[in-house]
Amino acid sequence: MRNRYPVWVNLLILTVLAFGIIYSLPNFYGEDPSVQLSPSRNAKIDQGIQDQINKLLGDNGLKVKASELNDKRILVRFNDTDTQIKAEELLKNNMGDNYSVALNLAPATPGWLRAIHAKPMYLGLDLRGGVHFMLQVDMEAAVTQALDRYSEDIRTDLREGKIRYLSVERDKAVIQVKFQDAQTLAQGRDVIKKEIRGLVLNVLEPELTIEAKMSEPEIRDKRKQALAQNIIILRNRVNELGVAEPVIQQQGEDRIVVQLPGVQDTARAKEILGATATLEFRLVDSEHAIGPDGKAPLGARVYNDRKGRPLLLQRKIIVTGDQVVDASSGLDQQSGSPAVFISLNGAGAKKMADTTKENVGKAMAVVFIENKSETKEVNGQKLTTKKKVEEVINVATIRDRFSKRFQITGLDTTEEARNLALLLRAGALAAPMDIVEERTVGPSLGKENIAQGERSFMIGFALVAIVVLVYYKMFGIIANFTLVFNMALIMAILSSFQATLTLPGIAGFTLTVGMAVDANVLIYERIKEELRNGNSPQAAIYAGFERAFATIFDSHITNLLAAVMLFGIGSGPVKGFAVTLTIGIITSLFTAVTCTRMMVNWMYGERRGVKLWI
Amino acid sequence: MNANTKINTKTKEAAPRLYKIDFLGKRYIAVWASVILSIAAIISLGVQGLNFAIDFTGGTVVEVKFKEPADVNQIRLNLEADGFNSPMVQLFGTTRDVLIRLAPQSGVAGSDLKSRVMGILNKDNANSAEMHRIEFVGPQVGDDLVTDSGLALLYASIGILIYVALRFEYRFALGAILATLHDVVMILGFFSVLQLEFDLSVLAAVLTIMGYSLNDTIVVFDRIRENFRKLRRGEVIEVMNISINETLSRTLMTSFLTLLSVLAMAFFGGQIIHNFALALIVGIVVGTYSSIYVASALALKLGVSRMDLMPPEKEGAGADNRP
Repeated sequence: MRNRYPVWVNLLILTVLAFGIIYSLPNFYGEDPSVQLSPSRNAKIDQGIQDQINKLLGDNGLKVKASELNDKRILVRFNDTDTQIKAEELLKNNMGDNYSVALNLAPATPGWLRAIHAKPMYLGLDLRGGVHFMLQVDMEAAVTQALDRYSEDIRTDLREGKIRYLSVERDKAVIQVKFQDAQTLAQGRDVIKKEIRGLVLNVLEPELTIEAKMSEPEIRDKRKQALAQNIIILRNRVNELGVAEPVIQQQGEDRIVVQLPGVQDTARAKEILGATATLEFRLVDSEHAIGPDGKAPLGARVYNDRKGRPLLLQRKIIVTGDQVVDASSGLDQQSGSPAVFISLNGAGAKKMADTTKENVGKAMAVVFIENKSETKEVNGQKLTTKKKVEEVINVATIRDRFSKRFQITGLDTTEEARNLALLLRAGALAAPMDIVEERTVGPSLGKENIAQGERSFMIGFALVAIVVLVYYKMFGIIANFTLVFNMALIMAILSSFQATLTLPGIAGFTLTVGMAVDANVLIYERIKEELRNGNSPQAAIYAGFERAFATIFDSHITNLLAAVMLFGIGSGPVKGFAVTLTIGIITSLFTAVTCTRMMVNWMYGERRGVKLWI
Repeated sequence: MNANTKINTKTKEAAPRLYKIDFLGKRYIAVWASVILSIAAIISLGVQGLNFAIDFTGGTVVEVKFKEPADVNQIRLNLEADGFNSPMVQLFGTTRDVLIRLAPQSGVAGSDLKSRVMGILNKDNANSAEMHRIEFVGPQVGDDLVTDSGLALLYASIGILIYVALRFEYRFALGAILATLHDVVMILGFFSVLQLEFDLSVLAAVLTIMGYSLNDTIVVFDRIRENFRKLRRGEVIEVMNISINETLSRTLMTSFLTLLSVLAMAFFGGQIIHNFALALIVGIVVGTYSSIYVASALALKLGVSRMDLMPPEKEGAGADNRP
């Protein structure tokens, strides 16, 4: 008998191997220190800007290795980090107003590989250094905010329908609408039912009250929306920070992971990410006075200004922070104090124009709202308390009808003005968030981790290869070849999916070496056994592969089962391990069985009376 | 097909075996050893528990490198003076690498901690510290992780149980799962007795070992099943012994090779994956032993018989040829 694969099987195997080798190549080219420039607002990015940058760098004696332009950013590569840092400073000073400038390590993949979309693996934070945050979204607050908006809508609709009501109040998760008599109650119910979807109404006739609650699907929807919106806003904010290749992902139902490679200044990153600050513009209620007990009259609320003095504002909000289209900071031309210049969107501008037109001569207040939270341990229980800080930062007299653009002053420092502008620009969070996990890895540790990971992998691989070679001789050489292919294949798959490589991920590679070679061992031991049983070499090869396969398949499945469970726990590094291991188990089934078989066939399959060197 | 039938006729005769060790005859020694070690592990887990890392408990870890050898006691005193409750300060690797562990503090967020701690560490200007790594984990995240980990272990066990029961027989499944849990208890016991830090990566190692140890067990079971069909004569215990002996060289070879790569990880992989590698080493050693002794001995005890593994009639001769 002869052992051979049909030609098409051989071709298929060789094609897969070629894919593995080519797509793992980008990982061996290293990285260029580079600076990336992306437009932060309405700025354009085109050939002209690129030429301008190149000229600017050239004029300052900074040598550019290469410069690339695509629709989203300009990437300038340098030969060393020294030039890179100088260039970043130069570009920040000259172009920083309209562009966000960030340091980056761009893969030095040659053009022909990039042309076929071959990219190196994405390195995790533990290997490249940076900050990892996990943020918990306060879903209760998201629902409460939605209820508050519904309350406001109910008031507006009733007013517009000219239906008299006594009060609209939210009590926890229920909005209570009170009426004077049965007739208005019925009218009110019809209006609310018609105008507002998503609320479940419960009419209490004797109490002349409608109780409105959000339906379960509506609550679920609001939660999902809040998370999605927060992710979008975080993305905007991170872009404003100027970080190259950030990762922003949902984790579980109510958490978001933010990874900022290369960032070391965590304090600022946190301030920007965690801030839930937004603004509200309200009219000052000058017709009423604060009651003697500090209570506000109907339709108004008591606020404090920065010095703690109470102030009565109308309940109705003119415009909120999310209607802000653009905001920038600067100095007020008259007073020279820090100011934020704001542009509103169409709806916001119309509302603002209408309100200011009717209220010329009256005062308008800007309320700055910030959510803070702290965790305390009370009787062994962890309690997180939320504090909503609302401050009036500015009261100004409306001199004229406001247009789309206007400015606010009353901020303490230019830094504060800058941060406020940034927050307004990036939008308000749909729900407040807390940082529940933070990990910072310094850049030197990242390099050390890569070095140690690589070294341990090399040594482990070498040890296994030597033992396999000594023990299985010719078949050992074949096993070692397939091991190398297996590693290339794992790397290629990780690279194509742009999966994240972490230190435990490298450990996964090392462990896969041991596990992948197991399949070879199973086959070889079986071949040896068949030879001992007196079978001919060809029959022994045939039986070795055929009989070992069921066992290999079973054992791979069980390994896979455990590896998949790893996805369920934790984030970041351990996930990297799970990914590498899972892919490694699957690819080793291919390399250790099919590739080994092909090579054994080539070596021995066609010959009669051959002596197996095993 | 021709070749296949030829092989079958040949292997029907008693094959000359490489090893002839009476494993299962000595199973009572092994069972007692396992029982005693398991009880010891469980007692240790009950009494002193595991030394959970901040992944599970919440808190802060700071890793710094000093220019000069560091005075660990002075750092501890400085931290205490600043209001940190019983900080753990220790050297790792060299005398300049310092690891600081802080319990969860109320109302202090990560970045505030960073500047505070770095301020304290850099008090002595002559010997300044460079920040290598700071990790802050909130208490809620830790609690969730404990739940998730427990569930992952549970699901993995159930998955294994179902798979082995489907592929083999329920008594084998029970033997396999008990052998696997035996390995898990051993690793946990090892970490508990030595009070080594148990972090998320060690948990990952435990799950990996569940798969790995089972892999070994399955190879032995596969052979037992095959031999039940092939060797018409012989007691159950004899067939099992033959099977274990036949697979012995493979079991030892694979474990040895995997151990080699993991040893490289433990010695050269650096501090972060050291405990991970250690858990794997313990797991591989125990797993190899348990797949030889525990799994088969349990299946035997549960009363596996030849009939349980005979293929259904209609599959007939094709069963050996299954891909």
